Amino acid sequence: MTDPHPPYLSPGYRSTVLRAPARELVMPKLGPDSVELTSPVFGHQELGRLDNDLTRQHSGEPIGERIIVTGRVLDGAGRPVPDALVEVWQANAAGRYPHLADQHPAPLDPNFTGAGRCLTDADGRYRFVTIKPGAYPWRNHHNAWRPAHIHFSVFGTAFTQRLVTQMYFPGDPLFPFDPIFQSIPRQEDREKLICRFDMDTTVPEWALGHQWDIVLGDTPMEA
Amino acid sequence: MTTPSQTVGPFFGYGLPYEGGSELVPGWRPDAIRVRGRVLDGAGEPVPDALVEIWQADGSGEIPRRPGGLVRAGHDFSGFGRCPTDAAGGYWFGTVKPGPVGEGAPYIAVLVFARGLLKPVFTRLYFPEDGAAHGTDPLLAEVPAERRATLIAEREGEREYRFDIHLQGERETVFLGF
Ligand SMILES: [Fe+2]
Repeated sequence: MTDPHPPYLSPGYRSTVLRAPARELVMPKLGPDSVELTSPVFGHQELGRLDNDLTRQHSGEPIGERIIVTGRVLDGAGRPVPDALVEVWQANAAGRYPHLADQHPAPLDPNFTGAGRCLTDADGRYRFVTIKPGAYPWRNHHNAWRPAHIHFSVFGTAFTQRLVTQMYFPGDPLFPFDPIFQSIPRQEDREKLICRFDMDTTVPEWALGHQWDIVLGDTPMEA
Repeated sequence: MTTPSQTVGPFFGYGLPYEGGSELVPGWRPDAIRVRGRVLDGAGEPVPDALVEIWQADGSGEIPRRPGGLVRAGHDFSGFGRCPTDAAGGYWFGTVKPGPVGEGAPYIAVLVFARGLLKPVFTRLYFPEDGAAHGTDPLLAEVPAERRATLIAEREGEREYRFDIHLQGERETVFLGF
């Protein structure tokens, strides 16, 4: 199967130039061993009850379009991965992160931090309530803007399955200009990062719903 | 099928790190060790916006199957740690030395995410005092001899180790693909 991931070196994204490993990876003949084929176990007692609702972490409601983002974490065979830790972080509705290094002159929202986490249920399902993040500029090249996105971090059942990625929204006009999105070689793989608007997930009078499934690489043991 | 990877970007600092992420065991434990190092780029410059994660067996070589990676509660050893690099590219972990699992020499699995890394790099940290076991370790046997040292931490003191991670350059760390 073709590798869906971007190569390390993708010069359009300038920061890869000095950070991409230049040597061939060592591919162990025996594959990963028992440590690498397992993954940390996380428990519900380690998470707060509202950790998956980014709109309720402060005294007031954040500004922006309230959305629901939900989907399933699946393994390469399509089976749900229960109890997977899913972490998210994102810009606010104006495209600003509450991070010192973010110099974008857009307002911070005192009612929005933009970080959340949850564990998948028995069906592999995660669910977040948040607000739709804004696009934001960056300094990669002249007039560079990131399409609106939510950063995701996911643990599978093997440490080798560990995935950090970004979820995008349908129809974003910035896709063709974004070297991070475009670093994925094939268009059909890029599309796997775009969520789908879903009327059934949408809650009347309250929030639009989006579905996005996350498929982890094959458990190497089964390869 | 597989969902593609994207960079962790520069702004994960308020989302992924958490209290106690570096400290798998409290420093007062008699078997506690400290591992520290820097993440460096191809020009030898520090990478101040990397996230280092480790995963390992406990001191007896058992792979932890209990929670405790996010909330460090008492004496349980969860085997998982996470540390963002500081302005000098530095990271550290307080943990225990893993026992051997199976045939190979003891090691800690290490993942590095960073702005500019479109997917993580995966490596192993081995310990300098295990030279004999390294001679028969199946993975080290596959690493060209002149690059093997990039996988072996340096001893810095009693129960203290240093492990620098070179993403690129003459001393590029050996990274694994599976
Ligand atoms: Fe971002």
